[in-house]
Amino acid sequence: MTWITKPKLHHPKLPVNALGFTHRDYEGAVSTLCAGCGHDSISAAIMQACFEIDLPPHRLAKLSGIGCSSKTPTYFLGQSHGFNSVHGRMPSVLTGANLANRELVYMGISGDGDSASIGLGQFAHCIRRGVNMVYIVENNGVYGLTKGQFSATADKGSKSKKGVSNPDSPMDMVSLALIAGASFVGRSFSGDKKQLVELIKAAIAHKGAAFLDVISPCIAFNNHAGSTKSFDYVREHNEAVNALEFIEGKEEITVDHDPGTTINVTQHDGSVLRLKKLAEDHDPTDRASVMNFIQRHNARGEIVTGLLYVEPDSEDLHDRLGVTARPLNALSDADLCPGSDALDKINAGLR
Amino acid sequence: MLSRVEKINDFVVRLANVNGSGSASANRIFARSMIRMGVPVGSRNIFPSNIQGLPTWYEVRVSGAGHLGRRGGYDLMVAMNPQTWDKDVAGIDAGGYLFYDSTKPLPSSKFREDITVVGMPLTEICNKQYSDPRQRQLFKNIMYVGALGSLLGIEVDPTEALIKELYKGKDKLIAPNLEALHIGRDYADEHLKGAIGLKVKRADAVGDRILIEGNAAAALGCVYGGATVAAWYPITPSTSVAEAFGSYCKKLRVGEDGNKYAIVQAEDELAAIGVVIGAGWNGSRAFTATSGPGISLMQEFIGLAYFAEIPAVLIDVQRGGPSTGMPTRTQQSDLLSAAFASHGDTRHVLLFPADPKEAFEMAATALNLADRLQTPIFVMTDLDIGMNEWLVDPLQWDDKKRMDRGKVMTFADLESGKDFGRYLDVDGDGIPFRTYPGTHPTKGAYFTRGTSRDRYARYTEEGPAYVDNMERLLKKFETAKSLVPAPVKYDAPKATKYGVIYFGSTTSAMDEAILALNEKNILLDRLRIRAYPFNETVIDFIKSHDRVYVVEQNRDAQLKTLLLDTGRVDPQKLVSVLHYDGNPITARFIVNDISLKSGLETPLKESV
Repeated sequence: MTWITKPKLHHPKLPVNALGFTHRDYEGAVSTLCAGCGHDSISAAIMQACFEIDLPPHRLAKLSGIGCSSKTPTYFLGQSHGFNSVHGRMPSVLTGANLANRELVYMGISGDGDSASIGLGQFAHCIRRGVNMVYIVENNGVYGLTKGQFSATADKGSKSKKGVSNPDSPMDMVSLALIAGASFVGRSFSGDKKQLVELIKAAIAHKGAAFLDVISPCIAFNNHAGSTKSFDYVREHNEAVNALEFIEGKEEITVDHDPGTTINVTQHDGSVLRLKKLAEDHDPTDRASVMNFIQRHNARGEIVTGLLYVEPDSEDLHDRLGVTARPLNALSDADLCPGSDALDKINAGLR
Repeated sequence: MLSRVEKINDFVVRLANVNGSGSASANRIFARSMIRMGVPVGSRNIFPSNIQGLPTWYEVRVSGAGHLGRRGGYDLMVAMNPQTWDKDVAGIDAGGYLFYDSTKPLPSSKFREDITVVGMPLTEICNKQYSDPRQRQLFKNIMYVGALGSLLGIEVDPTEALIKELYKGKDKLIAPNLEALHIGRDYADEHLKGAIGLKVKRADAVGDRILIEGNAAAALGCVYGGATVAAWYPITPSTSVAEAFGSYCKKLRVGEDGNKYAIVQAEDELAAIGVVIGAGWNGSRAFTATSGPGISLMQEFIGLAYFAEIPAVLIDVQRGGPSTGMPTRTQQSDLLSAAFASHGDTRHVLLFPADPKEAFEMAATALNLADRLQTPIFVMTDLDIGMNEWLVDPLQWDDKKRMDRGKVMTFADLESGKDFGRYLDVDGDGIPFRTYPGTHPTKGAYFTRGTSRDRYARYTEEGPAYVDNMERLLKKFETAKSLVPAPVKYDAPKATKYGVIYFGSTTSAMDEAILALNEKNILLDRLRIRAYPFNETVIDFIKSHDRVYVVEQNRDAQLKTLLLDTGRVDPQKLVSVLHYDGNPITARFIVNDISLKSGLETPLKESV
C-alpha cells in the first residue's frame, strides 16, 4: 500500500463519458491492501465498468461485510454511499437497502470467508429472494486479515503458506448461486480485466440477483506453490467458456458474426449480451445443463470462467412482492398513513 | 354449612381445556357475550407450546368496576380437562364453584367440601345428539357455553349474535351451533337452576371500548407510523405482529401501482434485523418483531445500528427466558438484554406500553424516535399484552400528526453549501445529520461502518476521535430523555412517604391492587414508567419518598437495576416486588407482597 495522498488534479484531456465524468470521478480512497492484491484489480474493473456504462456514481450503493474484500468499497466510487456492515451479513443489509429505494444500483462486495463461511446462509437466501444487485465474491480461498487460515472455498488438499494441507471439501460459490436461483451467474479472474469489466457491465444491467465469483489471488498468503488460488495456478487452469461483449440497449445490433458460435441474449432493459462461444457444450440459458457443465469441469480441476448462466426475463424481489414503482423511502404521510377515518372503521370492527 | 361466593359482575371464571379441542372460539364467545351486556371482561389465554393435546386454560375476569388485570384465584372452575383435574379443583377459591362433565361418575375424594359442585352430563348429551366424534367434541364446547350462560344469567341474544358473526360466510355452521347452545341452556335451566351464586347483570360500563390483541395493535401502529419495510422470523409470541402488519397493509397500503410496503420473512433473526438496518440506512421506516431469543441473536447488528447511528424499531414481545424458557408464558425479562444489547458500551431506548392501545401509540412513536435519534428503539411488550385480547379505549389518531424524519440533509441543503459531517454535532444535542444514498452527485456521500471514524465519517483508530464519538453518543442518549414518553404519576389519597414504580402489563393488576392497599391503609404514590432512559420525574419520585416498591415480572429486578444504574437513587429505598412464574402478575400477589414487606419492615423501623 501507499501513503501518498491521491491528488485531485488530473490531465485536462482525460477521456470523459456521456455524463462528462472522467475515470477519476469513479475512484475512491487510496487502497490500503497489499501491493499486487487481486482485489485492487477488481476495484479497477468496477470503476471501468461504471465509467463505460455512464452510471452516475452517486446512484450506486456499495455494501460489504468484513474482511479484505469488504474493505474495497472504500477504494472505488467515492461519490457513492457505502456500508461496511458486519461479517457475513451484508446480504441482509443490502436486501433492506434495496427494498427502501429500488431506483439505485446495489453492489455487494464480499469475500470467500464472508460469503462461504460465516455468511453462507445470508448469501444463499438473498440470492434466493432475487434481490436486484450485483453480488461479487472476491475469492482467494484464504483469510487475509487474520493471516492465512483456509476459507471454505479452499480446495481439498491445497497447501497453506505454512505447508498445511486443507482436509475439507470446497464450497463452489457458482454452483451454490445456481442452486439458490441466481438469474445471472459468472466467474472471472482478477487478472483478466477485459472479461471482468464486461461481466460487471452485464451484471449491473441485469434485473435480479447477479452473482460474480472472481478468483482473486492473495499475494500475501495464498500465492505459493500448492495453492489452487495462486496467479500461476489460475492462469494454467482457467477455461473460458465464452467471450462476452456487453451492448447497451440503445445501440442497434447490426452484425452477427459466426452464426452458430455466437449467441445474443437480450436482457429486460434491452441490453444485449453477445457471447462468443468457446465451449461447444455450454448453453448459458439452461440452468440444469450449466450445473452439469460446471461439475464436469470442476472434476477435471478446471476453473471455468465467463458468463455461465443468464435468465433473460428475470424478475426481482420488488416484482415478487408487488411493490410500487416509487421508492419506498420517498413515500409521504398521505401515502402511508391511513388516517383517523380508517381507524374509526377498524375500531368499529373490534366491538 | 357451606358458604357460597355470591357476586354480581365481579368474579373470575377459569376454563380448563385440552389444546386443539376447539375450545378457544367457544371460550371467546363466552367472554364476549358478557362484554356485549356492557360488563367489562378481561380474558387471558394460558396455553402450552403445542398444537394439540396439552392442557390450556382460559381465564375470564368479570369486573363491573373495570379491573381487567388478573385478580388471582378463581371463583368458578369449568373443568373440561381430566389431565389437570386435581390442580384445577384445588385452585378454586373457598366458597367457589366447580362445573364439570358428570357423564362418568367420580369418587368423592375427587371433590372438595368447601365448594359447590355443579355437574352436567355433557358427553352423554353430546353422544346422544351427535354421531360424528369431531362434532361431539366441538358442540360440547358450545354446549357448556350455553349452560354457563344459563347459570350466570348471560342473555342469550348476544351469544347468538356472536355465533352468527363468527360463522358468517360458513352459514351452514350457524344453525347447529345455535342448537347446541340451546341444548346447553335448556339443560341448565331445567336441572341446575340457582346452582351458582355468580351473576352477570347488564350494565353500561363498556362504552365504546374495543377488543384487540397487543400484537395486532402494534402492527397497526407501524402502519400508521409509516413503516414501509418489515423483516421478521417466526417466533412465539411475536409472530402475529408481522402477520397482522401484512393483513392491515393489504387493506390500507395498496396503491394503484402496487404495494406501499414490503415484508420479508427472513431466514433467521440476524437477517431480519439486517434487512431493517439496511432499509433504515436507506431512508425507509423499518421494523422487526421478535422475542427474547431473537434479541439475543440480533446483538451484533444492534451494536452496529447504535454505533453507525441507523434508525431501527424492534418490537420485543417478551416471553419466559432464559434459553427457550417458557415460550408461551409471559415475562418482563428482556429489559437488560435490550437496554445494553451488543458488545462494547451501548445503551438503547426502550418503550414500555401498558396495553394494546399504548402498543399502537408507542409503535408509531418508536418509528419517529428512531428517525429522530438515529438509533434502535425497542418497544417492550410481552405475551400478556401481545397475545391476549384486551378491552381498551378506541385507538385514536391525530390527522395533523406528521412523520418526524429527523435530521436529513436534502439535495437543496447540500447544494446550498451546508457543511455535511455525518457524525458532526451541529445542534449540541448529540444528533448529527445524515443523507440518504443517491441524494447528490458530488456532495453528501459517506461511508457507513462499524469501525471508529471521525466526525466526517473517515476511518480512524485515533483514541481522541473515538472518545469524542462515544461521548457524543452519550449526549444523544441524554437528549432521548426529553423525547421519550414521560412517566405517569398518580398520588395516593393522602400524603405518603411510600411509593410504587411499575410498568407495562403490570399496570392493570396494579390499578386494582392499589385500591385494596388503600383499604389496608397502605398508601402509595404511583409512578408508571413508560420509557428508558428515565427522565427527571423518575429520579425526583424516588428522591421524594422514603421507600419505593418496584414491581416487575422477572427474577432479577431488571428495572430496578436500570434505576440503580443511573447512580442517582439510593439503593436502600428500592424494594423489589417480583413475579415471574410465567403467568401474568395478579392484583392479589401485589397486595400480599407489598403488605408483607411493609408489615415486616415498618413496625421494626417504628420501634427503633
